[in-house]
Amino acid sequence: MRALLAAGLALAAAAAVEAEVVPDARRPGYDFASPEIRAMQDDETTNPGMLWVSQGESLWSKKAGAAAVSCEDCHGDARASMKGAAARYPAFDAVLARPIDLEQRINRCRTEHQRAEPLGWESDDLLALTAFVARQSHGLPIAVSAGPELRPFLDLGGELFSLREGQLNLACSQCHDDNWGKSLAGNVIPQGHPTGYPVYRLEWQSLGSLQRRLRNCMTGVRAEPFDYGAPEAVALELYLMERARGMPMDAPAVRP
Amino acid sequence: MARVLINFPQRAKRGEIIEIKTLIQHPMETGYRVDNRGAKIPRDIISRFTCAYNGDEVFRAELFPAISANPFIAFSTVATESGELVFSWTDDNGQMQTEIRQITIE
Repeated sequence: MRALLAAGLALAAAAAVEAEVVPDARRPGYDFASPEIRAMQDDETTNPGMLWVSQGESLWSKKAGAAAVSCEDCHGDARASMKGAAARYPAFDAVLARPIDLEQRINRCRTEHQRAEPLGWESDDLLALTAFVARQSHGLPIAVSAGPELRPFLDLGGELFSLREGQLNLACSQCHDDNWGKSLAGNVIPQGHPTGYPVYRLEWQSLGSLQRRLRNCMTGVRAEPFDYGAPEAVALELYLMERARGMPMDAPAVRP
Repeated sequence: MARVLINFPQRAKRGEIIEIKTLIQHPMETGYRVDNRGAKIPRDIISRFTCAYNGDEVFRAELFPAISANPFIAFSTVATESGELVFSWTDDNGQMQTEIRQITIE
Protein backbone atom coordinates (compact mmCIF):
# COMPACT_ATOMS: atom_id res chain seq x y z
CA MET A 1 0.00 0.00 0.00
CA ARG A 2 2.77 2.41 1.00
CA ALA A 3 4.73 1.56 -2.15
CA LEU A 4 1.64 2.17 -4.25
CA LEU A 5 1.09 5.52 -2.57
CA ALA A 6 4.72 6.50 -3.15
CA ALA A 7 4.45 5.52 -6.80
CA GLY A 8 1.26 7.55 -7.10
CA LEU A 9 2.94 10.58 -5.55
CA ALA A 10 5.93 10.21 -7.84
CA LEU A 11 3.58 10.07 -10.83
CA ALA A 12 1.75 13.19 -9.64
CA ALA A 13 5.04 15.00 -9.17
CA ALA A 14 6.18 13.99 -12.66
CA ALA A 15 2.92 15.27 -14.15
CA ALA A 16 3.32 18.59 -12.32
CA VAL A 17 6.87 19.02 -13.59
CA GLU A 18 5.90 18.20 -17.14
CA ALA A 19 3.54 21.17 -17.30
CA GLU A 20 6.26 23.57 -16.24
CA VAL A 21 9.54 24.17 -18.04
CA VAL A 22 12.01 21.56 -16.73
CA PRO A 23 15.09 23.32 -15.24
CA ASP A 24 17.45 21.71 -17.77
CA ALA A 25 15.24 22.83 -20.66
CA ARG A 26 15.14 26.46 -19.54
CA ARG A 27 16.40 28.87 -22.17
CA PRO A 28 16.67 32.67 -21.96
CA GLY A 29 14.93 34.94 -24.48
CA TYR A 30 18.38 35.53 -25.97
CA ASP A 31 18.34 31.99 -27.41
CA PHE A 32 15.14 32.70 -29.32
CA ALA A 33 16.34 36.00 -30.80
CA SER A 34 17.82 36.19 -34.30
CA PRO A 35 21.63 36.16 -34.73
CA GLU A 36 21.48 39.85 -35.74
CA ILE A 37 19.64 40.84 -32.56
CA ARG A 38 22.02 38.77 -30.44
CA ALA A 39 25.01 40.48 -32.05
CA MET A 40 23.39 43.87 -31.40
CA GLN A 41 22.94 43.00 -27.71
CA ASP A 42 26.42 41.54 -27.19
CA ASP A 43 28.34 44.53 -28.54
CA GLU A 44 28.24 47.42 -26.07
CA THR A 45 28.78 49.85 -28.94
CA THR A 46 25.63 48.72 -30.79
CA ASN A 47 23.30 47.87 -27.89
CA PRO A 48 20.92 50.86 -27.65
CA GLY A 49 20.21 49.95 -24.01
CA MET A 50 23.72 51.19 -23.21
CA LEU A 51 22.51 54.75 -23.90
CA TRP A 52 20.29 54.44 -20.82
CA VAL A 53 23.04 52.73 -18.82
CA SER A 54 25.32 55.67 -19.53
CA GLN A 55 22.54 58.11 -18.59
CA GLY A 56 21.98 56.14 -15.38
CA GLU A 57 25.66 56.34 -14.55
CA SER A 58 25.56 60.13 -14.57
CA LEU A 59 22.28 60.19 -12.59
CA TRP A 60 23.91 57.93 -9.99
CA SER A 61 26.27 60.70 -8.89
CA LYS A 62 23.79 63.58 -9.33
CA LYS A 63 22.44 65.12 -6.12
CA ALA A 64 18.66 65.22 -5.94
CA GLY A 65 15.80 66.23 -3.64
CA ALA A 66 15.56 68.35 -0.50
CA ALA A 67 18.27 66.24 1.15
CA ALA A 68 20.62 67.03 -1.76
CA VAL A 69 22.26 63.62 -1.74
CA SER A 70 23.10 61.40 -4.70
CA CYS A 71 22.83 57.62 -4.93
CA GLU A 72 26.62 57.59 -4.79
CA ASP A 73 26.74 59.50 -1.47
CA CYS A 74 25.14 56.52 0.29
CA HIS A 75 25.97 53.55 -1.93
CA GLY A 76 29.42 54.53 -3.20
CA ASP A 77 30.71 52.94 -6.38
CA ALA A 78 27.82 51.09 -8.00
CA ARG A 79 30.21 48.59 -9.58
CA ALA A 80 30.83 47.18 -6.12
CA SER A 81 27.72 48.08 -4.11
CA MET A 82 25.11 47.20 -6.78
CA LYS A 83 26.79 44.01 -7.96
CA GLY A 84 24.10 41.33 -7.98
CA ALA A 85 21.44 43.67 -6.54
CA ALA A 86 19.11 43.51 -9.53
CA ALA A 87 19.31 39.70 -9.50
CA ARG A 88 17.71 39.73 -6.03
CA TYR A 89 14.65 41.83 -6.90
CA PRO A 90 11.69 41.89 -6.26
CA ALA A 91 12.71 41.82 -2.59
CA PHE A 92 10.67 41.98 0.62
CA ASP A 93 10.19 45.43 2.09
CA ALA A 94 9.66 45.23 5.86
CA VAL A 95 7.90 48.60 6.11
CA LEU A 96 5.36 47.87 3.38
CA ALA A 97 5.20 44.18 4.39
CA ARG A 98 5.24 43.14 0.74
CA PRO A 99 7.81 42.66 -2.03
CA ILE A 100 8.83 45.62 -4.18
CA ASP A 101 10.65 45.57 -7.50
CA LEU A 102 13.81 47.41 -8.46
CA GLU A 103 11.97 50.44 -9.88
CA GLN A 104 9.99 50.78 -6.64
CA ARG A 105 13.16 50.37 -4.59
CA ILE A 106 14.82 53.22 -6.49
CA ASN A 107 11.76 55.42 -6.00
CA ARG A 108 11.58 54.61 -2.28
CA CYS A 109 15.20 55.67 -1.97
CA ARG A 110 14.27 58.88 -3.74
CA THR A 111 11.28 59.73 -1.55
CA GLU A 112 12.75 58.60 1.79
CA HIS A 113 16.44 59.39 1.60
CA GLN A 114 16.74 62.03 -1.10
CA ARG A 115 13.32 63.52 -0.24
CA ALA A 116 12.67 63.98 -3.95
CA GLU A 117 9.63 63.36 -6.12
CA PRO A 118 9.38 59.73 -7.26
CA LEU A 119 10.28 59.17 -10.90
CA GLY A 120 7.41 58.26 -13.21
CA TRP A 121 7.04 54.70 -14.47
CA GLU A 122 8.76 54.27 -17.84
CA SER A 123 10.31 57.74 -17.57
CA ASP A 124 13.78 57.94 -19.12
CA ASP A 125 15.35 58.72 -15.74
CA LEU A 126 13.83 55.71 -13.95
CA LEU A 127 14.67 53.39 -16.85
CA ALA A 128 18.19 54.79 -16.91
CA LEU A 129 18.82 54.24 -13.19
CA THR A 130 17.26 50.77 -13.34
CA ALA A 131 19.33 49.85 -16.39
CA PHE A 132 22.52 51.11 -14.76
CA VAL A 133 21.85 49.11 -11.58
CA ALA A 134 20.78 46.03 -13.56
CA ARG A 135 23.95 46.21 -15.66
CA GLN A 136 26.01 45.67 -12.50
CA SER A 137 24.47 42.17 -12.30
CA HIS A 138 25.51 41.26 -15.84
CA GLY A 139 26.30 37.54 -16.02
CA LEU A 140 25.31 36.90 -12.40
CA PRO A 141 22.66 34.29 -11.59
CA ILE A 142 19.14 35.33 -10.64
CA ALA A 143 18.84 34.77 -6.88
CA VAL A 144 15.65 36.19 -5.35
CA SER A 145 15.26 35.55 -1.62
CA ALA A 146 13.89 32.15 -0.63
CA GLY A 147 12.64 33.54 2.70
CA PRO A 148 9.26 32.45 4.10
CA GLU A 149 7.98 36.06 4.12
CA LEU A 150 7.87 35.95 0.30
CA ARG A 151 5.99 32.63 0.15
CA PRO A 152 2.42 34.04 -0.04
CA PHE A 153 3.42 36.50 -2.78
CA LEU A 154 5.22 33.79 -4.72
CA ASP A 155 2.08 31.63 -4.50
CA LEU A 156 -0.05 34.54 -5.71
CA GLY A 157 2.33 35.10 -8.63
CA GLY A 158 2.16 31.42 -9.52
CA GLU A 159 -1.63 31.50 -9.47
CA LEU A 160 -1.69 34.57 -11.69
CA PHE A 161 0.73 32.88 -14.09
CA SER A 162 -1.68 30.02 -14.68
CA LEU A 163 -4.90 32.07 -14.46
CA ARG A 164 -6.86 32.28 -17.70
CA GLU A 165 -7.98 35.81 -18.38
CA GLY A 166 -9.09 38.31 -20.99
CA GLN A 167 -11.38 37.87 -23.97
CA LEU A 168 -8.96 35.32 -25.40
CA ASN A 169 -9.16 33.42 -22.08
CA LEU A 170 -5.46 32.64 -22.02
CA ALA A 171 -3.03 32.16 -19.13
CA CYS A 172 0.69 33.06 -19.23
CA SER A 173 1.48 29.37 -18.76
CA GLN A 174 -0.41 28.31 -21.88
CA CYS A 175 2.10 30.13 -24.07
CA HIS A 176 5.26 30.20 -21.97
CA ASP A 177 5.09 26.74 -20.32
CA ASP A 178 3.11 24.69 -22.84
CA ASN A 179 3.93 26.18 -26.24
CA TRP A 180 7.32 27.89 -26.09
CA GLY A 181 9.44 27.49 -29.19
CA LYS A 182 6.36 27.57 -31.45
CA SER A 183 5.32 30.57 -33.48
CA LEU A 184 2.81 33.22 -32.51
CA ALA A 185 2.23 35.31 -35.61
CA GLY A 186 5.78 36.13 -36.80
CA ASN A 187 7.51 35.61 -33.48
CA VAL A 188 8.85 32.61 -31.61
CA ILE A 189 7.23 32.24 -28.18
CA PRO A 190 9.98 32.43 -25.54
CA GLN A 191 9.77 30.80 -22.11
CA GLY A 192 9.28 34.15 -20.42
CA HIS A 193 12.38 34.39 -18.25
CA PRO A 194 12.99 37.99 -17.15
CA THR A 195 16.80 37.88 -17.38
CA GLY A 196 17.36 41.07 -19.35
CA TYR A 197 15.12 43.81 -17.93
CA PRO A 198 14.88 46.68 -18.52
CA VAL A 199 14.91 45.49 -22.10
CA TYR A 200 15.36 47.34 -25.39
CA ARG A 201 12.52 46.13 -27.57
CA LEU A 202 12.79 46.93 -31.25
CA GLU A 203 8.99 47.05 -31.42
CA TRP A 204 8.96 49.77 -28.73
CA GLN A 205 11.96 51.59 -30.21
CA SER A 206 12.87 52.16 -26.59
CA LEU A 207 13.91 50.63 -23.31
CA GLY A 208 11.03 49.31 -21.18
CA SER A 209 10.45 47.66 -17.82
CA LEU A 210 9.23 44.14 -17.06
CA GLN A 211 5.93 45.68 -15.93
CA ARG A 212 5.49 47.26 -19.34
CA ARG A 213 6.16 43.87 -20.93
CA LEU A 214 3.58 42.19 -18.66
CA ARG A 215 0.98 44.85 -19.48
CA ASN A 216 1.77 44.29 -23.14
CA CYS A 217 1.01 40.55 -22.86
CA MET A 218 -2.19 41.23 -20.89
CA THR A 219 -3.43 43.70 -23.48
CA GLY A 220 -2.56 41.07 -26.06
CA VAL A 221 -4.98 38.55 -24.54
CA ARG A 222 -7.56 41.39 -24.26
CA ALA A 223 -7.38 41.51 -20.47
CA GLU A 224 -7.38 44.59 -18.25
CA PRO A 225 -3.68 45.11 -17.46
CA PHE A 226 -2.45 45.65 -13.89
CA ASP A 227 -1.61 49.23 -13.00
CA TYR A 228 2.08 50.05 -12.91
CA GLY A 229 3.38 49.04 -9.49
CA ALA A 230 0.27 47.04 -8.54
CA PRO A 231 1.06 44.36 -5.90
CA GLU A 232 -0.26 41.68 -8.31
CA ALA A 233 2.19 42.80 -10.99
CA VAL A 234 5.07 42.64 -8.50
CA ALA A 235 3.93 39.17 -7.36
CA LEU A 236 4.01 38.03 -10.99
CA GLU A 237 7.48 39.55 -11.42
CA LEU A 238 8.60 37.71 -8.29
CA TYR A 239 7.22 34.39 -9.56
CA LEU A 240 8.97 34.86 -12.92
CA MET A 241 12.29 35.61 -11.21
CA GLU A 242 11.90 32.52 -8.98
CA ARG A 243 11.07 30.47 -12.08
CA ALA A 244 14.29 31.76 -13.67
CA ARG A 245 16.41 31.22 -10.53
CA GLY A 246 20.06 30.61 -11.39
CA MET A 247 19.83 31.88 -14.96
CA PRO A 248 22.40 34.59 -15.75
CA MET A 249 21.27 38.22 -16.08
CA ASP A 250 21.87 39.92 -19.42
CA ALA A 251 20.36 43.39 -18.93
CA PRO A 252 19.92 45.54 -20.90
CA ALA A 253 18.87 42.86 -23.38
CA VAL A 254 17.72 43.51 -26.95
CA ARG A 255 14.56 41.74 -28.07
CA PRO A 256 12.35 41.90 -31.18
CA MET B 1 21.49 67.06 -24.68
CA ALA B 2 20.99 63.70 -26.22
CA ARG B 3 23.05 60.78 -25.00
CA VAL B 4 25.52 59.48 -27.52
CA LEU B 5 27.93 56.56 -27.70
CA ILE B 6 30.86 57.05 -30.09
CA ASN B 7 33.38 54.27 -30.58
CA PHE B 8 36.54 53.99 -32.65
CA PRO B 9 40.15 52.95 -31.91
CA GLN B 10 41.76 55.79 -29.92
CA ARG B 11 45.15 54.90 -31.39
CA ALA B 12 45.72 53.92 -35.01
CA LYS B 13 48.56 53.50 -37.47
CA ARG B 14 48.96 56.02 -40.28
CA GLY B 15 47.07 54.87 -43.36
CA GLU B 16 44.99 52.38 -41.41
CA ILE B 17 41.27 52.17 -42.14
CA ILE B 18 39.34 52.74 -38.91
CA GLU B 19 35.68 52.01 -38.26
CA ILE B 20 33.67 54.65 -36.42
CA LYS B 21 30.42 53.64 -34.72
CA THR B 22 27.91 56.16 -33.37
CA LEU B 23 24.69 55.58 -31.48
CA ILE B 24 22.54 58.65 -30.75
CA GLN B 25 19.58 58.73 -28.35
CA HIS B 26 16.77 60.32 -30.36
CA PRO B 27 13.02 59.53 -30.74
CA MET B 28 13.11 59.92 -34.57
CA GLU B 29 9.39 60.72 -34.53
CA THR B 30 8.17 60.10 -38.07
CA GLY B 31 5.41 62.73 -38.24
CA TYR B 32 2.99 60.07 -39.45
CA ARG B 33 1.73 59.01 -36.03
CA VAL B 34 -1.16 60.39 -33.98
CA ASP B 35 -1.47 60.57 -30.19
CA ASN B 36 -4.30 59.18 -28.00
CA ARG B 37 -6.56 62.09 -28.94
CA GLY B 38 -5.96 61.77 -32.65
CA ALA B 39 -3.73 64.82 -32.92
CA LYS B 40 -0.76 64.49 -35.22
CA ILE B 41 2.61 64.10 -33.45
CA PRO B 42 4.96 66.56 -35.16
CA ARG B 43 7.91 65.12 -37.04
CA ASP B 44 11.17 65.21 -35.09
CA ILE B 45 14.03 63.40 -36.72
CA ILE B 46 17.75 63.99 -37.05
CA SER B 47 17.86 65.28 -40.59
CA ARG B 48 21.59 65.68 -41.08
CA PHE B 49 24.69 64.09 -39.56
CA THR B 50 28.29 64.95 -40.36
CA CYS B 51 31.76 63.93 -39.23
CA ALA B 52 34.80 66.14 -39.79
CA TYR B 53 38.36 64.87 -39.29
CA ASN B 54 40.74 67.76 -38.57
CA GLY B 55 38.35 70.10 -40.36
CA ASP B 56 37.79 67.92 -43.43
CA GLU B 57 34.35 66.44 -43.82
CA VAL B 58 34.83 62.66 -44.10
CA PHE B 59 31.23 61.55 -43.76
CA ARG B 60 27.78 63.07 -44.19
CA ALA B 61 24.35 61.48 -43.98
CA GLU B 62 20.85 62.73 -44.64
CA LEU B 63 18.30 60.88 -42.57
CA PHE B 64 14.63 60.22 -43.35
CA PRO B 65 11.54 59.21 -41.35
CA ALA B 66 11.96 55.46 -42.00
CA ILE B 67 15.09 55.36 -39.84
CA SER B 68 14.56 53.86 -36.38
CA ALA B 69 14.71 55.68 -33.06
CA ASN B 70 18.20 55.89 -31.53
CA PRO B 71 19.92 55.61 -34.92
CA PHE B 72 23.15 53.65 -35.23
CA ILE B 73 25.51 55.02 -37.86
CA ALA B 74 28.77 53.25 -38.71
CA PHE B 75 31.30 54.34 -41.30
CA SER B 76 35.03 54.19 -41.92
CA THR B 77 37.83 56.58 -42.75
CA VAL B 78 41.58 56.47 -43.27
CA ALA B 79 43.66 57.49 -40.26
CA THR B 80 45.93 60.30 -41.44
CA GLU B 81 47.04 62.65 -38.66
CA SER B 82 46.54 62.93 -34.91
CA GLY B 83 43.80 65.35 -34.09
CA GLU B 84 40.08 65.52 -33.51
CA LEU B 85 36.94 64.05 -34.94
CA VAL B 86 33.95 66.38 -34.76
CA PHE B 87 30.50 64.84 -34.97
CA SER B 88 27.51 67.16 -35.48
CA TRP B 89 23.87 66.62 -36.17
CA THR B 90 20.70 68.68 -36.41
CA ASP B 91 17.11 67.65 -35.78
CA ASP B 92 13.74 69.07 -36.85
CA ASN B 93 13.46 71.12 -33.66
CA GLY B 94 16.56 72.96 -34.79
CA GLN B 95 18.63 71.44 -32.01
CA MET B 96 22.21 71.07 -33.03
CA GLN B 97 24.64 68.93 -31.09
CA THR B 98 28.38 68.57 -31.48
CA GLU B 99 30.63 65.93 -29.96
CA ILE B 100 34.43 66.06 -30.19
CA ARG B 101 36.74 63.07 -29.78
CA GLN B 102 40.54 62.82 -30.03
CA ILE B 103 42.52 60.34 -32.09
CA THR B 104 46.26 59.61 -31.89
CA ILE B 105 48.20 58.35 -34.89
CA GLU B 106 51.34 56.33 -34.21
